[in-house]
Amino acid sequence: MTFVLRTDDISKNFKGVEALKNVSIDVAPGERVALLGHNGAGKTTLFRIVLGFLRSEQGSVDIGGHAPGSAAARAMVSYLPESVAFPKMLTGREVVSYYAKLKGAPKSDVPSALEKVDLMDAADRRCGTYSKGMRQRLGLAQALVGDPKLLLLDEPTSGLDPISRQRFYSLISDIADKGTAVLLSSHGLSELEAKTDRVAILRKGRLVANAPLADLQHSANLPIRIRVRSTEENVDRVHREFGGNRINGVSVEFDCAQPEKMERLSAISGLGELVKDVEVSPPSLDEIYLYFSTHEDHGRDAS
Amino acid sequence: MSAVLAIAQTEIRIGIRNRWVVLASIILFVFALLLVLLGSAPTGATKANSLTVVVASLSTLSVYLVPLIALLLSFDAIAGEIDRGTLQLTLATAVSRGQVLVGKFLGHVVVLALAVLLGYGIAGAIAYVAGGNSGLEGVMDLGRLILTSIALGATFIAIGYVASASVRQTGTAAALAVGIWLLAVVLYDLALLGGLLASSDGFFAKTLFPYLLVANPADAFRVFNMAAIDAGGLSTGLGAGGNTMPFLPQFAIISPFLWMGIALGASTLILKRVQP
Repeated sequence: MTFVLRTDDISKNFKGVEALKNVSIDVAPGERVALLGHNGAGKTTLFRIVLGFLRSEQGSVDIGGHAPGSAAARAMVSYLPESVAFPKMLTGREVVSYYAKLKGAPKSDVPSALEKVDLMDAADRRCGTYSKGMRQRLGLAQALVGDPKLLLLDEPTSGLDPISRQRFYSLISDIADKGTAVLLSSHGLSELEAKTDRVAILRKGRLVANAPLADLQHSANLPIRIRVRSTEENVDRVHREFGGNRINGVSVEFDCAQPEKMERLSAISGLGELVKDVEVSPPSLDEIYLYFSTHEDHGRDAS
Repeated sequence: MSAVLAIAQTEIRIGIRNRWVVLASIILFVFALLLVLLGSAPTGATKANSLTVVVASLSTLSVYLVPLIALLLSFDAIAGEIDRGTLQLTLATAVSRGQVLVGKFLGHVVVLALAVLLGYGIAGAIAYVAGGNSGLEGVMDLGRLILTSIALGATFIAIGYVASASVRQTGTAAALAVGIWLLAVVLYDLALLGGLLASSDGFFAKTLFPYLLVANPADAFRVFNMAAIDAGGLSTGLGAGGNTMPFLPQFAIISPFLWMGIALGASTLILKRVQP
C-alpha cells in the first residue's frame, strides 16, 4: 500500500513525561484519518514531529520518501495549527497570497482556495473583522494553496457551530477525493460526525485504536440500550420481565448485548398490548470514544 | 528570493496600516521641530549654516530616539509570531529560517527609513526655509544624518531580533528590548563618564576611552556625525572629542554595521534552534 505519511514506532519524552510512545501510523493518499485523544494525549506533539519542529527520540518518520523538516517534505505538507491569529491589519486575500508566495504556489491558487472555503465575498476585508468560523476557514484556505499532498489539521473544528462543521467536513472530503491525505485531530468522536475513513485514538501518548469507525464500534462491543414505554398499570410486569431501571413511572430501560438484540425485541413484541412504544439506541460515538480512551489494553486488536 | 520579498512586503504593509510609520514619523518630527525652534534662537546670524546647527542637535536626538523606535519595531518579530501561532505556519512552508529573518529585517528597515525620512525630512525643510539657508552644505549634512540614522536604526532592529528570538513571550521580549536600550544609550555613557572622572593617570581617557566609545554603535554614530559636521563649538556630548581620536573618526561608522552583522548572525543562529 502506498502512503504519504508513515511513522514507525516513534517515541518522544518531555522531561521524563512520555508524550508519545511507540506510535506507528500510516496515511495513504486520499485517506482521511482522525486523530483523537484527550488534551495532552500527544496529538499536537505528533504533528510537530511530522513537521520537523521536534525530533522523535526513537523510530522514524517518512513523508513521501523524505525526512520530516526537509525542504522536499515541507513542500508536500500544509499545516493548520490549533490556534492561529493572522495579522488583523491584512485582508483575507493578502494572508492567503502571503502563504502562497512562501510556498512558491502559483497566484491562481489564491482565489481558488478562497473560493473553496467560501470566503470570496469577504476576501478584501481585514481579517480582524472576521468571525471565528471565518478565521478558521481562512486558516484552511491558507493550508490549501500549493497543492499539498498531506494536510495536517490540528483541531480544525473546535469552536465551530454545527453548520460550519458540516461544511468543513464536506470540504475535507472534496480535497481528499482529489488525492490529498488528511490527518486531522479532534477532541471526540462525536465532533467527527463519522466523516473520516479511519479513526486513531491516542491515550497518554500510546495509540490505543487505529481502525475504521465501524470496526471500532464492533470491537468495543458496547451494549445497546432499549427503552420500553408501557402504562402505569402494566409497567411493573414489564419491569419483572426485563429488569433494568424504572423511568418516569411508565417506562423501563435496560441494556442488552449486541447478539441478543433480536431476541429481546421479539420478547418485547410478544408482550403485545402491554407495550406502547420501544426505543433502541446503539452506543453513541462518545461512549465508544470513552471506552477506548479510558480502558486499558483495548483496541489494539481492532487495528 | 520571492519568499523574502513577500515577508518584507507584509511587514511594510502592516507597518503602514497599523500607523507605525505615521506615529514614529510624528514623534521624530515633533522632537526635531522642538530642536529647530530652540536651536534657531541663540545662533542668530552666526557664520555657521543654521541647518548644520540643527543637524548637530538632531544627531544627539537620534542617539536616543532611533534605537528606541527600532527596538519597539523589532522586539515582537519572533516572540510575537510564536505567541500568535503564525511562526509555525511560516516555518511549515519550505522557507528557511534565515530567509524569514532577512525578509523581516528588510521590511522593518524600510518602515524605519520611511519614518526617519518623513520626520527629519519635514523638520529639516522647515529649518532650511526658516533659517534662510541657501546652497547645499546643510542639506548634505541632513542627508548624511538621515542615512546614518537609518543605519543606526537597522543595527538596533537586528539587536531587537536577538531579544525576540531568545524568549517565547512578547512581554519578556519587550522588557528585554527596553533593557537593551537603557544599557546602550544611557548606562553605557554614564559608565564611560564615570571612568573618565575616576582615571587620574589619563590612561583610560587617552587609550581606552576612544575605543570603548566607538564599541557602542550609538556613540559611534554620534562620533561620526559630529566629526563629519566638523563645526567646532557645535559638538556636544561624549562624541565631542572627535578630533583627538587615535583613529580617523570617519571609521566610527563601521561600528554600527559590524554590530548589525553580528546581531543578524546571532539571531539567525538562535532562531534555528527555536521550536515553534
